[in-house]
Amino acid sequence: MTTNKKELENEIRTLKEILYQKEKELEQLNKVFEKSSNLSPSEISRYSRQIILPSVGVEGQLTLKKSAVLIVGVGGLGCPAGQYLAAAGIGKLDILDSDEVEITNLHRQILHVERNIGETKVKSGYDSLKRLNSNVEVNPLELHANGETLQKVFSENKYDVVVDCTDNVATRYLLNDMCVFNKVPLVSGSALQLEGQLTVYNYKKGLCYRCLFPVPPPPQTVTSCGEGGVLGAIPGVIGVLQALEVIKILLDFPGVLSGRLLIFDGSDTVFRNIKLRQRNPQCVVCGDNPVITKPIDYEQFCGSKAADKVTDIKILNSNDETDVKEFNSITKKIVIDVRQEAEFQMCHLPNSINIPYKNIVKGINLEALNEILTGVNDNEKVYFLCRRGNDSQRAVSLLKEKFNDSCAILLSVAGGLNAYSKLIDPSFPLY
Amino acid sequence: MNSLQVNVEFGGGAELLFDNKKTVTISLPEKKEKWTIEHLLIWIKDNLLKERQEMFLQGNSVRPGILVLVNDTDWELMNTINYIIQPNDRILFISTLHGG
Repeated sequence: MTTNKKELENEIRTLKEILYQKEKELEQLNKVFEKSSNLSPSEISRYSRQIILPSVGVEGQLTLKKSAVLIVGVGGLGCPAGQYLAAAGIGKLDILDSDEVEITNLHRQILHVERNIGETKVKSGYDSLKRLNSNVEVNPLELHANGETLQKVFSENKYDVVVDCTDNVATRYLLNDMCVFNKVPLVSGSALQLEGQLTVYNYKKGLCYRCLFPVPPPPQTVTSCGEGGVLGAIPGVIGVLQALEVIKILLDFPGVLSGRLLIFDGSDTVFRNIKLRQRNPQCVVCGDNPVITKPIDYEQFCGSKAADKVTDIKILNSNDETDVKEFNSITKKIVIDVRQEAEFQMCHLPNSINIPYKNIVKGINLEALNEILTGVNDNEKVYFLCRRGNDSQRAVSLLKEKFNDSCAILLSVAGGLNAYSKLIDPSFPLY
Repeated sequence: MNSLQVNVEFGGGAELLFDNKKTVTISLPEKKEKWTIEHLLIWIKDNLLKERQEMFLQGNSVRPGILVLVNDTDWELMNTINYIIQPNDRILFISTLHGG
């Protein structure tokens, strides 16, 4: 049964790959016929609802058809942004991402569906966008955005607008600089938990990202969607607004969101529009005498990786840690799960006790922990557990100092519940 | 005593450092010199910010990545830390988001 399922899955994957290649071949053949500079009857019908807007008209629709837009990041922001841009009839839409679709993406990354899990995001995005509008030339760029790859992409293509749908600080600086070098407006969106932010940089002598943020934030102050969580509709709102700003820029509308920042708080449904500073003439990249004229090492500049993945830490000696196999072999044990309450509610091991790491740091609500650590037998082991084995290390390290007179042996479970799910019990949710 | 009433707001995650409160109305005590944002930051540090100060402050200003907005305007246009606070000003500290 399992073998059949695996075989079938592999067969489907191969067939999808063939289909994808054939579709791209067909698209290449179609490209041979020069794109008409007029609108076909079917295009007129298709876009009629926006063409009849006086501010768009046939001329505006033709402008969109001649336009090229690069979307960097085909995730929570890039999916809705791409969807509305493809639907609106942008001529050329390049989508860039190096990630693969995971099940944890599906609640917000609406171009990807269940059967795309494991495929690259650009391939899945390409399929969805082409299905939505086959008139649009969609180019999937399976690349990790860095100075080298982006320089190549920008040298081979001329973009009218770039859309920043990325998920990390380093890539945001990189994209900003590339857009300044190439004189392309940048529509920048971001989202986390229940809030979103949106603005347009480098537009008609307006400010750039570095004018607003000359110094990157300290890495420990940055939260990713994987860590802080995000409600799917939040990047949805911001991504759709990004598409709107792109269209306004392409059609030269007067009300582009440049020099202003839109702040969206979904918990109260409040939109605030903030007036921002002007371009800084001393800005290192867009100023009058720029110091930075080619890409730098952005990961070094920001002190963080150009990805939203968590980097694993190693702060304990090996005798303060245990692996999941050994942990699992012990039947009766004290297990303290240091994840946040909401994560603990989502899934936890039976008989584990939830004492969030943030409480341990703050030193609040630790009565239960006190009781455990003072009540144990000599050399009794107390296991600390979290999602990946990072906070459990931090907790053990902190508590060893705090309770240095306790006779318990404090152990961090290496790799945490993720490792437990992978190596011991696959039915335990991986997130 | 004439105290100075100000609405201090937090967003973008900065509220997590302030008991999850997004809006706090505060009364700044009367003093000889005028209240500036620099003074307000010290007041916030002493009265509202209980933990992890480095997540909010750096030197005599806010840490990089926090935007300060006075009545919905970037403080860069209002003389930054030297802005003289007026009664009922709305001062928003917003942490910028990077997720997508």
